[in-house]
Parts: sequence; structure tokens; C-alpha cells
Amino acid sequence: MKMRGARILLEALRCEGVNHIFGYPGGAVLHIYDEMIKHAESLGIKHYLVRHEQAALFGAAGYTQATGKTGVALVTSGPGGTNAVTGVANAFMDSLPMVVFTGQVPTNLIGNDAFQEADLTGITRSCVKHNYLVKKVEDLAPTIKEAFYVASTGRPGPVLVDLPKDMTAQELEFSYPETIEMRSYKPQTQGNPKAVRRAVEAMLEAERPVLYIGGGAIHGGAHDEVRRLAERLNLPTTCTLMGLGAFPASHPLSLGMLGMHGGYWTNMAVNNCDLLISIGARFDDRVTGKLTEFAKGARFIHVDIDPSCISKNVPCDFPIIGDSKVVVQQMLDEVEQMVGHGANITPRQGWHDQIAAWREQHPFWFKEDGDIIKPQYVIHELHRLTGGKAVVSADVGQHQMWTAQLYGFDHPRNWLNSGGLGAMGYGFPAAIGAAVARPNDLVVAVVGDGGFQMSCNELATIKQYNIPVKILVINNGYLGMVRQWQEQFYEHRYSHSNIEVAPDFLKLAGAYDVPAMRATKASEVTAVLEKALNTPGPMLIEMQVAREENVFPIVPAGAALKDMILA
Amino acid sequence: MKHTISLLVENEYGMLSRVSGLFSARGYQIDTLNVAPTLEEGVSRMTLTTHGNDHIIEQILRQTLKLVKVIQVTDMTANPHVEREMVMLTVSARRGEERQEVLSLVKIFRARVVDVSEDALILELTGNGEKVEAFINLLRTIGIQDMVRTGPVAMTRVAAVRALQQIEDEEEFSELTLNEKV
Repeated sequence: MKMRGARILLEALRCEGVNHIFGYPGGAVLHIYDEMIKHAESLGIKHYLVRHEQAALFGAAGYTQATGKTGVALVTSGPGGTNAVTGVANAFMDSLPMVVFTGQVPTNLIGNDAFQEADLTGITRSCVKHNYLVKKVEDLAPTIKEAFYVASTGRPGPVLVDLPKDMTAQELEFSYPETIEMRSYKPQTQGNPKAVRRAVEAMLEAERPVLYIGGGAIHGGAHDEVRRLAERLNLPTTCTLMGLGAFPASHPLSLGMLGMHGGYWTNMAVNNCDLLISIGARFDDRVTGKLTEFAKGARFIHVDIDPSCISKNVPCDFPIIGDSKVVVQQMLDEVEQMVGHGANITPRQGWHDQIAAWREQHPFWFKEDGDIIKPQYVIHELHRLTGGKAVVSADVGQHQMWTAQLYGFDHPRNWLNSGGLGAMGYGFPAAIGAAVARPNDLVVAVVGDGGFQMSCNELATIKQYNIPVKILVINNGYLGMVRQWQEQFYEHRYSHSNIEVAPDFLKLAGAYDVPAMRATKASEVTAVLEKALNTPGPMLIEMQVAREENVFPIVPAGAALKDMILA
Repeated sequence: MKHTISLLVENEYGMLSRVSGLFSARGYQIDTLNVAPTLEEGVSRMTLTTHGNDHIIEQILRQTLKLVKVIQVTDMTANPHVEREMVMLTVSARRGEERQEVLSLVKIFRARVVDVSEDALILELTGNGEKVEAFINLLRTIGIQDMVRTGPVAMTRVAAVRALQQIEDEEEFSELTLNEKV
């Protein structure tokens, strides 16, 4: 049967197993939205109408962070696409598999400065894994096949497909390719066996090893393998911001998060290790601090699916290119083989004792202050009341760091945030995506008053679809992280970081007919949280917290990890 | 150090800007660049020259290979190779001694005269960068009115190709020297 390009697009999504789309209509994508409503039942695809295109992208990102499934967003040409760019850049930085469809003006108008025209493939070229402009309907189905394949394999990332309006009206017989073959794109998943053997030898020799786990271990689904490797070789294990949950926070070998706001004991362990075993992490500047001082005496094992990550920031002694899950399993097999040949696994008790002593010396701490709510206390209570089992989506800033430090993630894909790009406004829409993907799990968006005001329009979205997101607003009336830096590094000059002129968040929620609660005293926190979390459906919870609380430890920008400020 | 890098790419819309955009986004420099079709339909060859320390060159090789539509990346400088570029110059050459001097240089450099007018010649020369530079410098004193250069193209020497294949077969960590998506 012949069908329009618009319908072919939707049938192709069905073939890819897409159940949910986040989007916003407009002139250039009207054919697509028309086919969507005409064939809603047979397609089995549910579309969520957001209130700003950026939220469609963040929603799709939260969806993929919470499940591993490729997230899909659909926006119109011109401003629809440009509003989506931040979301595309976010997915690029955090290696999230996403396919983004943008409308485009008709092919005969491209380049004419037509109404709502923007060169979206050009604008996004530096922040996509790949992008396509589909000018002929014959190319549509094969392009979508390729787009999903490229987005979800290798180092995942966003793929943008630009769809001129006239193309979506052209008719063609629908057929979807079953296989795909690209001579220019062949990700390597298996690690080189000799490289794996040499790495394992180094792990057995090491006296002070640290296992350093990044978001790649979550993308690769390597959490089980990572845990078994850590347990088999007694490896103290730290996770990056993006890797939290890839190794259980409550595990005796867990060191928690490293880097700029990492634990004292974690950063000291990394600083003093003799072997750093990196799985799917990229030695980001927020992790390493001053590069020349980072784990100075250590040799590096670096497992990464992206060859360009190896030795990009830190010269690597044992590079292994491959998929995290596959390579760590290869390592486990190699360990057993060496043990079979008489190799010894040492308990390294002295090293573990040293780290425990550091932890005891400077644990995470905060000072209670009468009935003033300390933000850390809120996170602590959130953890306690949810049993550490909630899906938590953070925005960007102080509350994000406190959540990363204190919530204690035991499972992968329960921690969503904008790590690489650090995009404020991420937390709430991403939580919507997660709640759509995992309707049976409790989803909490932990947001600051700044980031929430960049995305609070999505209250209409959760109201419309009754999406049971709990929005926990940590309100300190400041752009807290900016204020903290201004306090610590700019002699208390709080230049334009005071945002105490803000809406009454309860009234704001009320305007959208979303229920809301508030705590202004420490003694109210538990009861309010408990009641809010136990109320079905969407809910906003405002915590009016201490205004000038700081995140500690902090490694000043450009300083070495060991020079972190503790209080 | 200067490097000549050869890329085999799918000849698709926007390909040139993907490569050049990557260079500008990551702060690498393209000194020269040229693009042309290959024997295989739909595949183009880009030859570019760039400079940087070993770390930067390594990153350039890996980042360009990461582009989804790049098939192969070769650092030509790493192996014995032949490099040629072409230059065309409009040189003032009035009748008499001046023209004779230009023509004698043409002969010495095995260049060619491709256009003649009353007081100027257009010359064409093919050679490696050094030869081209020397030719330009000599003509400069006489008077160059206009000049266009292609930037180099390069080919690995036949013997080197065979030796490389042998090394690759024996290579321990071929993934680190890998410059082709296999």
C-alpha cells in the first residue's frame, strides 16, 4: 500500500519498537501529526505534548536514561529545532541514544530564508553523533533505520533527522529494511585479548588499585560484571557523576563519587592509587582537577568504546577499546584463567584500611541549625523514606551535588541528570520521561528554584497526562552554586545570583491544578515528604532551605584533587 | 610538526563541513585541504595538511575516524609516501630579458607555460611543497601578479604499503594503530 512520507515515518518508528514520543507540533510537521492522530490505534505510539521543545528533548533523554531504550522527540522546523538544540547537545555530551526528528521547510524553499526555516543539520552538526536531511521519500525508511542503529550502537549519541514538509507528503510503498550494513561505521565491542591480559596482570600486581566507573558502564549494561570484578579482585570502586548506580553505593567496596565534589576518602584514594582502572569514563575535568596532578603515581587502564577518548586527557598505559560489558567479562574470564595457573589474588587489607581511615577522618557532613532546613537533610530523608529505591532526576547545581553525594544509588538507571552539558532545566522534564517509561516506579525530580523556573511550564504536561512525578524544589532563593563560587572565589560579591523574587511555588502549582506542599522548618520535613510521596499522582514539594549552604568538599577549578576544600 | 592526512569519506551532502567543523570545534588547524572523487562511486578522498604535536595529531586521527561517514583515515606522514601539489602563477614577463629569465626558470623547474599575453605568462608547476616554495620565491623577485595552489595530495609508496600490511598482520595491539573501520 502506498502511503505518505509522514505515515512511513510513523510506521518505521513502530518497526523500531517505539512506544513513546515527546514532541510539539508546528507547520512543517503537520502532515506527521495528522497521520499520527489518524492511525493512533494501529501504531501503538503514545505522543506526549510538552510545553516547550527543550522539554521534549529532555523528556526523551530522561526516558532513555531510565531505560536504555532510544528516546524519540519530534519538533517542527525553525524555532522548534533551535529550541531543541540544547537537548541535542545534552544528549551528545552524556552519550544518550536519541533520535530527534525536526520539520524542515519544503525542499524548494530550503535556502530561501523561508518562514520558520533554520539550517538544523548545520546548526547541530557539532553536537550530534550524526544527522540527516531527507530530501526524497525513497530515502526515508532506510535513513530512519540507519539513524536508530547509529544512535544506539557504539558510543551512543543523538541522531537528528530533518524532514522537509513536501517529502512527508510524497507517496511510496512502505517497506522497512531488516538489516543494515555501513562500511564507514563499525563499532568495536570485543577488547583485544592481549590488551585484556596485560591489563589483568597489572590489576593482580597492583597494591593500591582503584576501579573508576563512568556512564559508559551504565550504557553498556555492565553493572553486574563491574560488581563481580570488584568483588573478585577486592577493588575499591568509585563512580563518576554519570556512573552512579553502576556500582551499589551501599557495597562495602564502594567509594562513592570522585571529583570536584567527591568524598575526601574517594579523592585521596584516587590521588594515592598505583593503578586506576577506568571503565567507560572519560577523565572529564570535573573528575580529574589539575591533570598533571591526577593520580600522579598511577598507571592507567582505560576501557572505552570510543578510541578518541583514550589518552585524550591522560596518557594511558593499558588502552582497551570495546564495549564495557564485553570487556569486563573478558577480564573476569582472564582472572579465572590466571588463577587457574596459580596467580594470587591479594586482599590488600592495608589499602582498604587506609581508605577507611580517610573516610572516618572526613566523612560527608553538615551542621544542623535549629529549625532551619538543611538541604542535605532533605536528601537524607528522601533516601530514608524511599528506601533508596526511587528514580531520582536532578537539575543542575548544589542540590544535584548533594543528591549525588547523599542519596546512595544502588541500581543503574535510577539517577538522571545533565552531567556533561550541565543544563539547568533538565531535572523536571527528564523526570517526566522517566515516569512515562517506568510507570510503576516512584520518580522524584530534585530541582533548585533556579532550574525549576526554567522548566515549570511542564506542570501543564504532568497535569494533562496525570504523570505522577514528585517535584522536590530545594528553594534557597539563590542560584546556589553560582553564589557559592562567588562566596569562595569572588570575595562574597553575589553578582546577579540572588533570585529570591520568585513565584509562590504553591500558588504556581495551584495555577496548573497540581497539588503542592511546603516545609519551612526542619521539624516539618519528614512529615511533608512522607505525605507527599504517599499521595498518588503529581505533586510539588517545596523545601525552604538554608540560603547560604555550601557543597563540600570542593576542588577549586584547576586545582589538584588533593587540594580540595573540606569546609 | 606538519602532517598530511588522507581521509576516505562517503561523498554525502555536508561531508566537507562535518570534517572542517570538527577541526574548528576542537581547535585544530587545517593548513591545506582538497577533495575529489575516487575510483569508487560515492567515495571521495580528502587530503589535508595540519600541524601539531603527537598528541594533537593522534586526536585528529581518532576524532575524524569517529565521524560516522568517514571510512578510513591515514596519517601519510607516518610512512614513506609521495606528495605533490600544483601551483599556477601569473608572472609579469615583458618582452626581452624579463621573459627570458622567467622561461629559463620554467625550464629548470620543469614547469609549463599555459597562457601567454603581451606582458605576462601563466605558469603551471607540479611538485612537492619544497619545490613549489622554491619556484615561488624565485619568481617573487620578478613579480607575481596572482597565484593559486592546490595544497598537496599524497600516496603511500608501493613498497611501504606491502610492508605495512605485513606489520598489521603481526601487530599486537592493532586497535591502537587502526585507521580503518574493519
